[in-house]
Amino acid sequence: MLGASRTSTFIAHAVLVIGIVIVAFPIYYVFVASTHSLQTILRPPLPLLPGPLFLSNYWEALAGGIGRIGGVDVSTLLFNTTVVALAVAVGKIVISILSAFAIVFFRFPFRMTFFWLIFITLMLPVEVRILPTYKVMVDLGLIDTYTGLTLPLMASATATLLFRQFFLTIPGELVEAARVDGAGPLRFFRDILLPLSRTNIAALFVIMFIYGWTQYLWPLLVTNRNDMNTIVIALRKMVSFADADTQWNLVMVTAVLAILPPVLVVLLMQRWFVKGLVETEK
Amino acid sequence: MATVEMRNVRKVYAGGVEAVRGVSIAIPDGGLCVLVGPSGCGKSTLLRMIAGLESISGGEIAIDGKVVNTLGPVERDIAMVFQNYALYPHMSVYDNMAYGLRNRGTPKDEIDKRVHEAARTLELEALLKRKPRELSGGQRQRVAMGRAIVRNPKVFLFDEPLSNLDAKLRGQMRVEIRKLQRALGVTSVYVTHDQLEAMTLADQLVVMNAGLVEQTGSPLDVYEKPASTFVASFIGAPAMNLLKLGAGGAIGDGSATVAGAPAGAATLGFRPEDVLLGHAEAALRMSATVDAIEPVGAESFVYATAAGSAVVVRVHGRGSLEPGARFELAVDAAKLHFFGQDGRRL
Repeated sequence: MLGASRTSTFIAHAVLVIGIVIVAFPIYYVFVASTHSLQTILRPPLPLLPGPLFLSNYWEALAGGIGRIGGVDVSTLLFNTTVVALAVAVGKIVISILSAFAIVFFRFPFRMTFFWLIFITLMLPVEVRILPTYKVMVDLGLIDTYTGLTLPLMASATATLLFRQFFLTIPGELVEAARVDGAGPLRFFRDILLPLSRTNIAALFVIMFIYGWTQYLWPLLVTNRNDMNTIVIALRKMVSFADADTQWNLVMVTAVLAILPPVLVVLLMQRWFVKGLVETEK
Repeated sequence: MATVEMRNVRKVYAGGVEAVRGVSIAIPDGGLCVLVGPSGCGKSTLLRMIAGLESISGGEIAIDGKVVNTLGPVERDIAMVFQNYALYPHMSVYDNMAYGLRNRGTPKDEIDKRVHEAARTLELEALLKRKPRELSGGQRQRVAMGRAIVRNPKVFLFDEPLSNLDAKLRGQMRVEIRKLQRALGVTSVYVTHDQLEAMTLADQLVVMNAGLVEQTGSPLDVYEKPASTFVASFIGAPAMNLLKLGAGGAIGDGSATVAGAPAGAATLGFRPEDVLLGHAEAALRMSATVDAIEPVGAESFVYATAAGSAVVVRVHGRGSLEPGARFELAVDAAKLHFFGQDGRRL
């Protein structure tokens, strides 16, 4: 920092360090607890360093089948959640980029009506339409299926709007140049629109993946069988009201495993963002 | 290579605005036609109609003798250079030039040959792997040209291609475009609002105003015989002096007269460089007072008041006049232009 004195540098760093500790400590503590036995966790004082049971706890959670959640091991839950999160993220992006493409680049009757219809769905929170949606899923026999878990979450007005705004910034001359170059609508979409949208797609993917990963209410409603649960639902089911009934060490393991994939997605996609941002300043 | 013909072409936008109101132009094979006019005169709309980017509300456009009204840009076999170049930002220079050929299913080695040929012509060979954002304005302009010439189209369309360049580069590129167009012999339509560009580039100059053609002709014809007061004031810098003409050849406030004015003349025009200083035997003689002098090096522009009207006189070098000085100006009969009440030439 320019012209900063030693003391002010020290204070600035101290504030930042305290901030990091406040945010990171609970997460660190979850990890610590996941490496101890249930007895150690329940008996104060709480240990501050990782314990010896890292391997056995994680092994039991991943493969052992945990009594509390009906004999389903965490790897099944992770698989379910990954399917849901990926399907929701990819589905949302595909549907919204296509509808934005239609709305921005084509002239058809009731174009603006469709746009407003999509826009209006933004005003309705999931909770408002959850009962009719549930009824539809029951009638279609989609309870306890991946389709039932993901389909109702896929349509996204937000993503459509984001893509629309981005498409509107693409100069008309570029569209016309492509027309003169003999690119039909689909070729234009594939060769020009998609590559230019990379950064937006990456950003939306991260947001939507985490959105799908942390869904709570809908998966809770639409799944009855334990082996169709997502990890967030299972985590909730593992926690019982009495401390003694809850295998806190395994809950913590599950929590750590539930956090890891979204973190990985963010870390991996972050490099993409930077690349995308550096590359497209025009 | 082809001729381009426009027959009574009209463009009416939804909402009733008539941007082009019946334009007929015939461009010979290999000719460079420049459409010039103030903004909003319909010149760009007309160009986009030739390109097939804008529908035609009335009349016909024919390329190579074939009416193309209902064809898309691809079937018309035209190439266009856009004002902001419209290069694909995520593609390399090579891909930018190759894209149109690829979409037409041209074989790979043929594409390679043509792109390298075009790159050689435009001195872009060292830049083929670069992305557009790594290029300067002039280089981007060249790539846009390259994208047009690799396709070997029947017609080139230029939509104010030099307006984003600085003055020096604009001059250079202007010469290059002219050279290239001559060398390739491709019929071209060039839109600009810059009358200098229009004068220097055109084989055929079309001056447009308010959706109509004011005058068509060679640049010098248009300069020497402007068909209307609009053309007279638009072509040439500084613009032609236009003075109000009263009954009996009275000029401006009536303190001077001109001999030989045709009946019905309402405006008298003369170019700043056609003014002779001092007493000369001439059809027009006026005394004037200098208001200001603008020296631009090789010549100076003298802004003066004569017969109650503002006039501009172009003199060589610095001249001997000072602000406030009175002088006599004279113009030969051959250099006088008379325009009627409706602004048309008499």
